[in-house]
Amino acid sequence: MIPTHLRQQLEQRVAQAITPREAAVDVMKELQRHYGWLTDEAVAEAAALLGLSPLQVEELATFYEMIYRRPVGRTVIHVCDSISCWAMGGETLLRHLEHLLGIEAGGTTADDAFTLLPCSCLGNCGTGPSLMIGDRLFGPVSPEQAAAIVADHREAG
Amino acid sequence: MSQILFRHDRLDRAVTFAEYRAQGGFRALETALADLSPDAVQQAVIDSGLRGRGGAGFPTGKKWSFVPRNLPGPRYLICNCDEMEPGTYKDRVLLEHNPHLLVEGMALACYALGVEHAFIFIRRGYELAALNLKSSIAEAHKAGFLGANICGSTFNLDLDVHQSAGRYICGEETALMNALEGIRANPRSKPPFPAVKGLWGQPTVVNNVETLANIPAIVAHGPDWFKALAATPEGAGTKLFCVSGHVQRPLCLELPIGTPLGEIIDSHCGGMRPGSTFKACIPGGASTPYFTRDHWTVPMDFDPVAKAGSRLGTGGIVVFDQTTCMVAATLNLVRFFARESCGWCTPCREGLPFVRHILERIEAGRGDMADIEVLREHVAKLNYAFCALAPGAMGPVEGLLRLFEDEVREHITRGKCPVRLTAKG
Ligand code: SF4
Repeated sequence: MIPTHLRQQLEQRVAQAITPREAAVDVMKELQRHYGWLTDEAVAEAAALLGLSPLQVEELATFYEMIYRRPVGRTVIHVCDSISCWAMGGETLLRHLEHLLGIEAGGTTADDAFTLLPCSCLGNCGTGPSLMIGDRLFGPVSPEQAAAIVADHREAG
Repeated sequence: MSQILFRHDRLDRAVTFAEYRAQGGFRALETALADLSPDAVQQAVIDSGLRGRGGAGFPTGKKWSFVPRNLPGPRYLICNCDEMEPGTYKDRVLLEHNPHLLVEGMALACYALGVEHAFIFIRRGYELAALNLKSSIAEAHKAGFLGANICGSTFNLDLDVHQSAGRYICGEETALMNALEGIRANPRSKPPFPAVKGLWGQPTVVNNVETLANIPAIVAHGPDWFKALAATPEGAGTKLFCVSGHVQRPLCLELPIGTPLGEIIDSHCGGMRPGSTFKACIPGGASTPYFTRDHWTVPMDFDPVAKAGSRLGTGGIVVFDQTTCMVAATLNLVRFFARESCGWCTPCREGLPFVRHILERIEAGRGDMADIEVLREHVAKLNYAFCALAPGAMGPVEGLLRLFEDEVREHITRGKCPVRLTAKG
């Protein structure tokens, strides 16, 4: 169950929309922020808020790269695997992060702190290889810097 | 003054509203509302020769003119800031430095089009750009450049920011409208065209960030002035080029449209990195066929680039040096498109993974000479897919077969990649 203030906030967002489902991405993102990922419960709650069926929400949720229908760690690290970062050593960076976190791409660390996901272009092509940790973009990231970024985040987190 | 979009100092922060005003910002909007009819603004854009900067290069004024004048109900403008084409980051740089320019450009476009409610559709990941835009919108509201009775006129406008959740196909204009409506973002069939039946069934124009950011200068200085900015006689305006890859100084810069490729790389990006020699580049984002050293003098404008066998696209130039395997580069690009296919139509959903599979085999040294013909066939046949994603994905494959067939054959005959697998890290 989501807290009342969040529910009210989302109801307001939906009421402002031209049609309720216009707010679908915002609602899914807020629920995801609350639960950490878009749980089954969140899908049902989103459906109720938006006046859609759970299947209609599911159809949207599975479409977007940054809506997670599976559990993820507290922080997601997205590593760009598109062409500009690839040219600048993106694959090496991903392998280094796998090693550093002790997981394979797609996996989550045992302490649930991080999930490592390769992703499509982050729009940071001029400073590749790049990664996004939470909402923050970094690049160009050397293996040493990757370690520092992860360590910083762990401390701040 | 040859810089319109980056004319403000390139600070490491966004230009403030006060700075933008002090440098003449929103004066074009004030002038237009006081002295020009919406038709006059539209005519100025038509006469300026401005072509869409999102990739397709369609004349902007002409696109606007397709909106019927007398359909009942609201009409909409959407600014497309989905920018997920690999190699392209110009809209982000622009919005991180000067969000006010887009707000003013959108206000002028909405005035010309009779739009009272417009949206900025912005991709996931551009958090700073979205934040800048939201505060810029709030400031413009406070100063009376948005909202009701703008600058004392009868023109009203609301601007909303819609943040997406990450999917390349949302950049396709009809898919984008579905995404905004909260529907799964498959492209819609055309006709009806968005200008007649778009967002919520109403007339809608979708323009790219850079396109709209050019409007204030066109209104302020006139179409002839804008045309004269180009480096080609038939071109118009400046262009943001965002360069990445193996150059000394990868960066996003504003140059006269039609600046030759070699000049961009050598004079503006400091040439190749030490130890690197130029092998090839993608001239306009991930879906455009390669250029080689033979294309060094091609003016980077829509028609000359098309004549040379590629597309200007977004102006995202990705540069590769001699260590880059072109089969591997093409495979990387096809992988991207296969993953981002919306899955709506069979040629794309099934065809792209098949092409990816063949390229994987060739790169791994297990290719067959017959594969080359199969690839060629797909380049031709994927033109029949539902939207431009699948043909776009075949752009690099077509370029690979036309310009680097020897390298492909060498993979097959030697049974391994003749170049280093990945570029220098
Ligand atoms: S070509 Fe690809 S992206 Fe376009 S509609 Fe077909 S499946 Fe979807």
